[in-house]
Amino acid sequence: MKDLLRRRTPSEKFDGVRRNSLGVFIVRRIAVGILLMLGITLISFSVTQLVPGDPAALNLGQSAMSDPTIVAAWRAKYGLDKPVPEQYIIYINHLLHGDLGQSQQSRRAVSTDLKEYFPATLELATVAIFFSLIFGLLFGVIAAITRNRWPDQVIRFFTLTGVSVPTFWLSLVFFYIFYFKLSWFPSNGRLDPGTDAPSTITGMYTVDALLHGQFSLFWQAFRHLLLPAIVLAIYTIAVLTRFTRASILEILNNDYVRAARAKGLPESLVIRRHVLRPALLSIVTIAGVAFGNLLAGSVLVENVFSWPGIGQYAYRSSIGLDLPGIMGVSIVVAGIFITMNLLVDIAYHFIDPSLRHA
Amino acid sequence: MRKNPDSPLRQPLAVIGVTILVIWILVAIFAPLIAPSNPIAQNYGQLLPPNAHNWFGTDSVGRDVLSRVVYGARITLPLSIMLVILAMIVGTVIGAIAGYFGGWIDAALMRFTDVVLAFPGIILAMAVAAALGAELRNAVFAVVLVAWPTYARLVRGLILSSKNADYVTSSRLLGASTTRALFVDLRPNISGPVFVLAALEAGNGMLLLSGLSFLGLGARPPSAEWGAMVSAGANNFDKWWLAVFPGLAILTAVLAFNFLGDALRDILDPRTAKALRE
Repeated sequence: MKDLLRRRTPSEKFDGVRRNSLGVFIVRRIAVGILLMLGITLISFSVTQLVPGDPAALNLGQSAMSDPTIVAAWRAKYGLDKPVPEQYIIYINHLLHGDLGQSQQSRRAVSTDLKEYFPATLELATVAIFFSLIFGLLFGVIAAITRNRWPDQVIRFFTLTGVSVPTFWLSLVFFYIFYFKLSWFPSNGRLDPGTDAPSTITGMYTVDALLHGQFSLFWQAFRHLLLPAIVLAIYTIAVLTRFTRASILEILNNDYVRAARAKGLPESLVIRRHVLRPALLSIVTIAGVAFGNLLAGSVLVENVFSWPGIGQYAYRSSIGLDLPGIMGVSIVVAGIFITMNLLVDIAYHFIDPSLRHA
Repeated sequence: MRKNPDSPLRQPLAVIGVTILVIWILVAIFAPLIAPSNPIAQNYGQLLPPNAHNWFGTDSVGRDVLSRVVYGARITLPLSIMLVILAMIVGTVIGAIAGYFGGWIDAALMRFTDVVLAFPGIILAMAVAAALGAELRNAVFAVVLVAWPTYARLVRGLILSSKNADYVTSSRLLGASTTRALFVDLRPNISGPVFVLAALEAGNGMLLLSGLSFLGLGARPPSAEWGAMVSAGANNFDKWWLAVFPGLAILTAVLAFNFLGDALRDILDPRTAKALRE
């Protein structure tokens, strides 16, 4: 998460490389993305090698273990009878075919599990990024405009607290206050107990309920979503606030801002037209990264709110030493993370022409 | 806002940060004198709310929560500092090698750094901690593994920007070895920003470490580690004092590091401060 404060400008990755066209840039950028993904799989694979003990024993269970033909077949399927480098090739081959391995806990394919758990996290992270952007921008702008005066100091204090508070603890505190004491929000989980989920279209209950026209169900799902999403958003709100403040202050130093002020534009117009617009641009670049981080950061929130998403899945997998499960989660999240960065970099090139001729 | 920008003590946030840290360090050192009771002795009634005798209440087996929070400072604080130092060393060495030698060494090391950065940190740490076995030592190792790349990037950038400076070239011409160039000529340019980054990262390290313990991938139950204590509070969430106090302990310690790091960053010269932010 710490990486959120870094703005990844495309030029940074290609120091000194002359880019003559957008096409070359995009191709290179995609190539880097693929290389990164390959690196991710290599690390995932290495981590699975760290586990002491026989993966067949961990995966198959006792009755299957007692049958040598099953064990041999399982080993052959995952190439465990081959040398380690060859095992990696086999692993990549499985990945390319969408096979993330078998979860020993659910006894299903990890990809099947993820399809079930992912929409819950996606729903949570989407609402959280929405909150983060609104409040991060708002507080960031206020802080920058009132630089070093009391509103800025107050906001600075709260953003520093926001990045320092342990998410798992804040989840508990919010749960205790807003559910247990005040009953403003419904209990754990995605729906009230005994309620049937809307039939699956996207897997996101709010969206599915709307698509089916079940408005009361939508409202219920949304209320369940709200509290964990707020807790999840707090860290990102703090980070975006600080980032927004910094980029606005940087823009305020530009000559064209001075020119705009000198020609007598009211300050509100200067801010809106000449400062906010370029600032939004740089905020877009880290919103993608922030979203990836929300997906991963949901682990601790989902744990407290019993939210059945990939964070919960990763948690249960790691506790049960179900490495295919947790590696499946990290590969999927890393893939989203890399894709987001890729899209942001490319979008940035379209939006900001000055980068193209840099 | 501040009259002498060179002194961190002019910054109110830095002063608050240092004060909190000093208090926690004193608490850790003098834990046996401060704690009213043994942190693992089951001396009291179970789940007593805060009262005149047990200021922070007691937990589900009748241990004094205040004593456990006090003794917890002896676990979480030194480990967080240790993991920051380890990550700093690993990252600095990798970044320095990449920046100084350049070429394919640089390319290879930096691509590797990119890959680790592209990994969702907490999930990689969970995987490593789980794979090595749920133990505090392994959790520290796991956090170091995801924390070093930030230092590597920073150090590489700093080295790149000063390795061709005249004073380095002239010292090389005088026959200085690579080691001497790195440790004597370049080190002073690097250590400042790296220490600021370490202050900024210490809080993150502590959050990640206690998060792993909260998930049951770090400290084991009888241990008074703060994250593990919050986790015990999650199992009895209606007994608020179980989670609130150890959580506040984490919050104040992390806040102290962040106050300090934030103030230090502002004192650095603007160019390096910017490198740190990005």
